[in-house]
Amino acid sequence: MLAATVRVTRDLDLAEESVQDAYVQALESWNRDGIPERPGAWLTTTARRRALNALARGRTLRSKLPMLIEPEPERDREADRPAEEEESIPDDRLRLIFCCCNPALAREARLALTLRYVCGIATDDIAHMFLVPKATLAARLTRAKKKIAAAGIPFSVPPAEELAGRVDAVLTVIHLLVTTAHSDPSGDQLTRADLGEPSLDLARMLNRLLPEERETAGMLALALIHHSRRDTRTDESGSLILLREQDRTRWDPDEIAEADRLIVEALRAGPPGRFTLQAAIASIHAHAPSHEQTDWPQIVVLYDELRKVWPTPVIDLNRAVAVSMVEDPEAGLTEIERIESAGRLDEYPYLHAAKAELLTRAGRPEEAADSYRRAIALTGNTAEREHLAGRLAELER
Amino acid sequence: MPQYAVIIYERVPVPELPPEIMEAHGALPDRIAEAGGRVIAGLAVGPGSTATAIRDELITDGPFVETKEEMGGLFIIEARDLDHAISLAKMTPIAEGGVDVRPLTGFEVLEDG
Repeated sequence: MLAATVRVTRDLDLAEESVQDAYVQALESWNRDGIPERPGAWLTTTARRRALNALARGRTLRSKLPMLIEPEPERDREADRPAEEEESIPDDRLRLIFCCCNPALAREARLALTLRYVCGIATDDIAHMFLVPKATLAARLTRAKKKIAAAGIPFSVPPAEELAGRVDAVLTVIHLLVTTAHSDPSGDQLTRADLGEPSLDLARMLNRLLPEERETAGMLALALIHHSRRDTRTDESGSLILLREQDRTRWDPDEIAEADRLIVEALRAGPPGRFTLQAAIASIHAHAPSHEQTDWPQIVVLYDELRKVWPTPVIDLNRAVAVSMVEDPEAGLTEIERIESAGRLDEYPYLHAAKAELLTRAGRPEEAADSYRRAIALTGNTAEREHLAGRLAELER
Repeated sequence: MPQYAVIIYERVPVPELPPEIMEAHGALPDRIAEAGGRVIAGLAVGPGSTATAIRDELITDGPFVETKEEMGGLFIIEARDLDHAISLAKMTPIAEGGVDVRPLTGFEVLEDG
């Protein structure tokens, strides 16, 4: 509804106000006349009328309003056709998503805009999710909206030749939300469960709106599998539980089954992209009876594929851990040393944590302790730091 | 259509740019027009070694801001929106460096009376 109204107002703030007005009006009018046949369309039409009236009133002020789209809509026609509007809402929503996830905006701004305007989460709640003061988040949103207006970031679905790249930009935002939802890089608590629901909803929405893009299915599968483990990542005191120690019986089987169907669909449609491959890896973990009984050779194969489409040192690191399970810890350490000698990931706490783990398994406790200390010094998350300190204490005992 | 400035930053000083880059610059307006945009103006400036910076009363040799990539020039384009402007700016021939795309907020050419 907000998306449909923005198309008319070309102004996020005005659209929001108009939508709120429409709900108030609905309460009065529906009580009096009964609920209309198509409540959604009724609300959207009312919100748009409100917005158009406000625009007409404030015509002189309009130069001050941030404009989101170029062409002037045909007003009367637009406002009087609820049936058509309902059909056009998915397109409007897609336009809004592409606008909020435009790569010309800063990463934090994309996340905040998407949560605020696509997911409809209140500014206070977003500030809480990202552990920033409300004023900081509000300023971030204002700055981003100013850039949207001043630089002319379009409220439109990108043309076919650019669509793939831009869908990737949207998926990257969702991926960030999904990963932030299960590990906050700087927070006290490991699980930002609050972000889990909206990021899953967003992945679902995008997959519904762009079903022909295979990676949207991969992303949804990945979000589902992450979500399926939401209750097992921390214990009652909020301490981290590693994947290998999690109670696998409490992973949500329905979500895993849905993810599997999506992965199979995506794999059948052609060569998989990075999100589908990550989902496939997550799915293998989801089906393994235990950490030891995981199909590690298959995971190494998938990481090899992932490396081809998305060559990053973090993927190399994950692959190294999988290699250590297929062969032995020393083989994994050789891989990690290769990443280190390339001068990558030196400041990445998970590299040192993984290395410490492999050194422990390889029976090299002194070196392992050094790596744990380095990882502890680098990590910003309190729950993770406590977990690592616990491992270090075990070694030193 | 809105206007944008595409500001070019090059590690290679303009006089030393390879001939194919210079040729590509010549062909740029046509390529941009084919893609539905329009070049309105283009400017090239001398290298930073020829620049003189003025801070209040202080006059110093060299550019105001010293960077590895020097501002080598800019052109002004018309585009539908930022996405379109970015796709046009991507066509800029660059030896070693990149461009900055900014919305144009004013542009005036004063002609001789």
